[in-house]
Amino acid sequence: MTSTVATPATKGGRQAPETSDRAKAESRLAAKLVAPALVVMLVVTAFPILRALWLSFYNYSLTAPEDKEFVGLSNYLTALTDGLFWRDIGMTVIYMVVTVGVELVIGFIFAMVMHRVIFARGVIRTSILIPYGIITVVSGFAWQFAFTYQNGFVNGWLPFIDDQFNWFGDTVPAVIAIMVSEIWKTTPFMSLLLLAGLAQVSDDMIEAAKVDGATWWQRLWKVIIPNMRAAIMVAVLFRALDAYRIFDNIFVMTNGAVNTESISFLTYRQTIEQFQLGMGSALAVLLFLSVLLVAFIIVKLFRVDLAQARGEG
Amino acid sequence: MKKTGLVVGVAAVLVWCLLPVAWIVSLSFKSQDAVSNGTDPGFLPLDSFTGWDNYQAVWDDEQFRRAILNSLGISLIATLLSVIIATLAAYAIARLEFRGKKFVLTVALAIAMFPVVSLVSPLFDLWRTIGLYDTWPGLIIPYMSFTLPLAIWTLSAFFREIPWEMEQAAQVDGATSWQAFRKVIVPLAAPGVFTAAILTFFFAWNDFVFGITLTSTENARPIPAALSFFVGPDPFQRPAGLLAAAAVIATIPIVVIVLLFQRKIVAGLTSGAVKG
Repeated sequence: MTSTVATPATKGGRQAPETSDRAKAESRLAAKLVAPALVVMLVVTAFPILRALWLSFYNYSLTAPEDKEFVGLSNYLTALTDGLFWRDIGMTVIYMVVTVGVELVIGFIFAMVMHRVIFARGVIRTSILIPYGIITVVSGFAWQFAFTYQNGFVNGWLPFIDDQFNWFGDTVPAVIAIMVSEIWKTTPFMSLLLLAGLAQVSDDMIEAAKVDGATWWQRLWKVIIPNMRAAIMVAVLFRALDAYRIFDNIFVMTNGAVNTESISFLTYRQTIEQFQLGMGSALAVLLFLSVLLVAFIIVKLFRVDLAQARGEG
Repeated sequence: MKKTGLVVGVAAVLVWCLLPVAWIVSLSFKSQDAVSNGTDPGFLPLDSFTGWDNYQAVWDDEQFRRAILNSLGISLIATLLSVIIATLAAYAIARLEFRGKKFVLTVALAIAMFPVVSLVSPLFDLWRTIGLYDTWPGLIIPYMSFTLPLAIWTLSAFFREIPWEMEQAAQVDGATSWQAFRKVIVPLAAPGVFTAAILTFFFAWNDFVFGITLTSTENARPIPAALSFFVGPDPFQRPAGLLAAAAVIATIPIVVIVLLFQRKIVAGLTSGAVKG
């Protein structure tokens, strides 16, 4: 038996037809190759989240670890009946919807530019990868300093803004500043994914629509966008779930002040700053469940859209 | 007419991408006094230009030097290990038939979307219990878990494109299987592996959540966390000039990698998402 654990190099159609022994050997080899990756991925995610689930039923504070006691669902009840939790969930959804929406529009325009342009491609590609690669914390600092009235340039450049306007004094302007940093940093990723989708739309089809007398706007909405729906869906799904986890920019730019806190930030604050591991774990579980819910909603929404598109075509 | 539109578009893309970078570079050359008193609020450093003073001050800071070292060491080790493990898994996914292939890809996708912060409390607790808190391995392990999905998706997309028949062709021509692997398959697979490594490195270099929660001293604290804790001589005022200089230093590796490998990075980013 052991001799049939063949090296992959000898796999090929030239030899005898496939036997079940051979298939078994292939399966065994695959299991060996995949196992390390699966173990590493699950050790740091599945195990801790199960542990969080367990800890979430306890009143457990690091400042008084010996007082750890089983409290059942009371952490969840406290969180779910607290206005703070819902306010932060709402804030997070606003961050997600606005940033992904704006990125989709700007990213699409950038993708169109990159798709059409025939000069300076290397320069554009290099520049667009810099925000992608830059550390989010650095982006947060750059924009925070840009928005401060003491030494930033934003107030001076914007015509309708008073030079002494404090962007970080109130919720709405502070959230705008955070969103700008988030959008700046992640639009390149969006536009590269959309560019790949754009490259898959056949030029013949666009040309045919042109011949049939479709305007530029009609070609965009009836030909280009429906044909790159898959790329748009991947881009939106990835970015939305990423945006839902927003943390770094908030930490750097406002540290959660003036009600700019997201659900990730609340979870972090409960655990690391207040050492409430029980409560923090309950929030972690709720965060995890809410991400699942968001993913589910997005997939559902797009399925509906896909079906509609097929109905139309 | 169309041409001007395109030129405007290109200019917009370039300004969008580079303006904040230019801003942070400009800030790093302003003197700390001018920044905290707001005496030179313009975009460029005019009368507050201090040359390399901020860079010198940052470089003289022991904690910052340690953070650079930590980030480089941790990110490189995590990248290396992650890419090796991902290569094995991606080979199996692209080349072998086995049950559970879908399961592996689903797990990878689920982890790519995992809310990192929800792991903070259990990992914080666990790492303290088993002594991984504030150590290099304590960050390398989570970085590996969270870069593996990206690496596996990118690599399996690349591996699917490799003409594997060439390996047999080489063997028919008299090469040993080792020669066929080394002379034919390795050169074909190397660009994909390399691309996955770059994307993995970016992720590890960028991480903030694990960096602030699983470390407490300069023992293992990486650059993003060190930047956020950086306090200058005046604890009530963020040292903007120094921070900007530190941020520029932290960005240099990214810029170098982007300049050298832009084509590969774009290919890697899109292949995993679109073809996968």
